[in-house]
Amino acid sequence: MSPELLSLIAWSTLDTLTMVALAGSFGTLLGLPLGVFLATSRANELFPAPNVNRVLGLVVNATRSTPFIILVVAIVPLTRLIAGTSIGTRAAVVPLTIAAIPFIARVIEGAIREVDQGLVEAARAFGASPLQIVQKVLLPEALPAVTLALTLAIVSLIGYSAMVGAVGGGGLGDLGIRYGYQRFMPEVMATVVVVLIVLVQGVQTIGDRLSRRLDKRNRNS
Amino acid sequence: MPSIDPQGRAIISFAGVSKIFPARNDSAEVAAVDNIDLEVPEGAIVGVIGKSGAGKSTLIRLINGLEQPTSGHVHVDGLDIGAMDERSLRHARRSIGMIFQHFNLLSSRTAFDNIALPLEIAGVGRRDIPGIVGPLLDMVGLADKRDRYPAELSGGQKQRVGIARALATKPKVLLSDEATSALDPETTSQILSLLKQINAELNLTILFITHEMSVVKKLADRVAVMEGGRIVEQGTTYEIFANPHHETTKRFVGEVTGGNVPEWLQAKLQPAYAPGMQAVIRIAFTGADADEPVLSRLTRAYNVDFNIMHGQIEYVAGQPFGTLITSVAADTQLLERLIAELTSTRNHVEHLGYVA
Repeated sequence: MSPELLSLIAWSTLDTLTMVALAGSFGTLLGLPLGVFLATSRANELFPAPNVNRVLGLVVNATRSTPFIILVVAIVPLTRLIAGTSIGTRAAVVPLTIAAIPFIARVIEGAIREVDQGLVEAARAFGASPLQIVQKVLLPEALPAVTLALTLAIVSLIGYSAMVGAVGGGGLGDLGIRYGYQRFMPEVMATVVVVLIVLVQGVQTIGDRLSRRLDKRNRNS
Repeated sequence: MPSIDPQGRAIISFAGVSKIFPARNDSAEVAAVDNIDLEVPEGAIVGVIGKSGAGKSTLIRLINGLEQPTSGHVHVDGLDIGAMDERSLRHARRSIGMIFQHFNLLSSRTAFDNIALPLEIAGVGRRDIPGIVGPLLDMVGLADKRDRYPAELSGGQKQRVGIARALATKPKVLLSDEATSALDPETTSQILSLLKQINAELNLTILFITHEMSVVKKLADRVAVMEGGRIVEQGTTYEIFANPHHETTKRFVGEVTGGNVPEWLQAKLQPAYAPGMQAVIRIAFTGADADEPVLSRLTRAYNVDFNIMHGQIEYVAGQPFGTLITSVAADTQLLERLIAELTSTRNHVEHLGYVA
């Protein structure tokens, strides 16, 4: 492979990483509170608001059931508003973030709901406020599961990011389509796939390790 | 009726308290707590015993406001728990400690940090926390486990952490929700001793709920028996053991005193007398009478033989307490006289039936 191609692959990898990192960060920033709220706002929960919960649940489901490629096209006006452009790597971060928020919210909701309700009751019995319960009980106790959930979200984002090439976003997916597919360069396609596999493996391994280190439930002394 | 103990004012009092859970689509309305009056004297250890579903969990949660009464008033240290807003209730909860059947320790925190949790919640400064948690770890005998996570501790050790955590904010009252039900008998015994010791050293009032009469026997000064949301009987532990009135109480007491009729005997018991049959009676010897040779005296006086079928002697609140199930060849007339004689010496006698 020519040095030009190799540098192209390197730059595309960097683009992918940038998109995933930005979308993952923004998605977590917004998805985490949303997930905590979804997990605590049914009737008789910490922040009871069953109607808001239901509406947000519907919005989350609607966003999640929209195929990503359609979402990308559908929100072009929003993308232009936020990123100032609708093509390129920067623009791709917007749909990726929009897709990441409900995904992250749901997996975080699941992680929080796994926390033993007895711990919530104990904290209430000691006079904790709902916010203190989230801060000192739910989030720390859910942290290993949250870590795994975020790992899953990042892996999904790497997959999604390969699709934004379709609308002029950069990254490995874009490279694979333009060089590997349209220009019949199977070696580029193969390299792109290998790099993606390595990325996903790396992210998953780091996530698993981190989660295991944070989990104090199965310590064999 | 509530009886105010002369030895101290009531620190917890229930006055006509009911808690009704509204009907749901799959279940009818439930009165988990039904018009209850109960007083817990300051410094006392009071047990509430009942089967599961008797309403004792709801009862204990009414004390720290985890449940709100539908009617009536729950007072703790002069505060009307049901009438407080959320904020002042949270503040009041700091003087009501609680321990749980499944310990409810945070798996992500060490023993030390679990005990520190109520202090963090109460806004105690980071620097002041070790000075409070350290002595508590010593008190529950876990100084060497301070940096261990709950997963590294045994059940008994976890409950010790739970107890230390409940004491961190220096509460006036400790609520115990089946605290020993998940522990083996030996560990249970150690935890009960620890609770007794804490009660004595800190003059801490303890209210506990349990379904095990053996726990009541070891721990309680006073006991209330719950069934179907009501308190069917209450009194000092000794009174309840010596002279249970309600059927439920009798069954609970029988569990530990051997007063329950063994199954083999139950199978042979018949309700009606026929010639040649023996009457079966249960005698509960209490207090001073426990060592009087009453059966020998009756044997001589009436020329009858008592055949001992089942018996046990227990110590409740430091006093001997015995139960004997015996059969005697007696017709209805003689049996009445024997029972009258036995009862006259303050024993409690019950005629169970006849055996061939």
